Amino acid sequence: MIHKYKLNGLNIVLDVHSGGVHLVDELTYDILDNVEPPFADECPEKVVEKLSRFYAPEDINSCYKEVVELYNDGILFSEDDYERFAKYSVAAPVKAMCLLVEQDCNLRCEYCFASTGDYGLGKRMHMDFETGKKAMDFLLENSGDRENLELDFFGGEPLMNWDVVKQLVEYGRSKEAEYGKRFRFTITTNGMLLDEEKMDFINKEMSNVVMSVDGRKCVNDRVRKRVDGTGCYDRIMDKYKQLAEKRNYENYYVRGTFTKYNLDFAEDVVHLYNEGFDQISVEPVVAEPTMGYALTERDLPAIFSEYEKLANIILEHDKQGKHFNFFHFMLDLDQGPCAIKRLRGCGSGNEYVAITPEGDIYPCHQFVGYDEYKMGNLNDGSFNMEMKNDFAKAHIYTKEECKKCWAKFYCSGGCNANNFIYAGNILNSYKLACEMQKKRLECAIMIKAAKALEEVEKNAE
Amino acid sequence: MKHILTINKANLKKTAAKGGCGKCQASCQSACKTSCTVANQKCEK
Repeated sequence: MIHKYKLNGLNIVLDVHSGGVHLVDELTYDILDNVEPPFADECPEKVVEKLSRFYAPEDINSCYKEVVELYNDGILFSEDDYERFAKYSVAAPVKAMCLLVEQDCNLRCEYCFASTGDYGLGKRMHMDFETGKKAMDFLLENSGDRENLELDFFGGEPLMNWDVVKQLVEYGRSKEAEYGKRFRFTITTNGMLLDEEKMDFINKEMSNVVMSVDGRKCVNDRVRKRVDGTGCYDRIMDKYKQLAEKRNYENYYVRGTFTKYNLDFAEDVVHLYNEGFDQISVEPVVAEPTMGYALTERDLPAIFSEYEKLANIILEHDKQGKHFNFFHFMLDLDQGPCAIKRLRGCGSGNEYVAITPEGDIYPCHQFVGYDEYKMGNLNDGSFNMEMKNDFAKAHIYTKEECKKCWAKFYCSGGCNANNFIYAGNILNSYKLACEMQKKRLECAIMIKAAKALEEVEKNAE
Repeated sequence: MKHILTINKANLKKTAAKGGCGKCQASCQSACKTSCTVANQKCEK
């Protein structure tokens, strides 16, 4: 399977099953519509005849030979023979955990999937140290031979339960040697309660910190509001700058959400860059289509165009030596994850679970509050292995739409929670997210291709 | 090649046979939390 497209004046061909990316001329772009394996030694006459209206026959033949050469090298029209590896997607140890240390929040963001902290459960709760400890023990005991354990302090707003966060970090560290494991702690915060002491602790202990902000003040404050209805931008931005600076601008993200209210979200990315941040994520809101801020299929043309605009902004900035990462365009075409990881996807419900203040276990933070997806509870020791296996089997070869999609090795089957909530089943595809994902991928590959071409041209000078 | 410029050297197929060690980060732990972004993760083997 190949996927070819034109973007930013480039003709790009992705060979889906090898991951090969090729920049091609117009002739190759056209010839690829007319040939496929098995290949003969010479270009079929009917193809030469058809294309000779536009190209010289000797060019068509030489182009055909290049196509065949890449096919023989296994990087064009390569076969899909991964399904046999899908069987490895079972019984993986649990290695990552989202700990909802605080099921309450000091902001009332309009679009919050956690319903401003309580996950729609109608009760706001703190996790106590004992429950947090049980959660960490669960991770230690169920992580098999995995040495790196990931634990994200999440909420609600985790800084509202700061003492427990600190106690749990200390507890985790005290267990590392005994179990021969290493905790990677991360935290996702809205910044409202950040102070020097918290910043220093975060920078000492957390391998990554995600700071929520949507971009421009007007955009942020329209949806990210305090309880009294006022926006939070002025309160958090200086703190975020301080926190990032204190950790030498390493291993952090400023992370925003774009909605129908800011379809010009490239401006928000640029704003965050201009404010001094170079690790930026601005992601589409996930919401019921009836909500005023929700993105719908009608917004797709505008979103696509904005992603293209952003890709060009990134290339232009790069030329001026101004580098920043946009999380959703990050792609390593040479040393990215292995094919097995790409088959498995995010690992929710299998390698990754979320724990609530009551000790309930869910496949991930986004499933919290959906009773049918409660996997167990830490207090009674229950853990639904059948459900774990169902999630293990939710890979790109059990998702019918994914199996035939050119983007399958990059999104890996999409978000199981979004699939369930918006498409009815973890194995169904949430089309709106798919379309945006594919566009982002096209842009990300284009950026890589444009840079590679620039390099080639520079070397040729 | 005159018509085609291949911009990467990796072949996913080679990563399949020896892949799946699980040392890498769970993708949702990095920044997203609302989307699945596996391809931007690093191999940590």
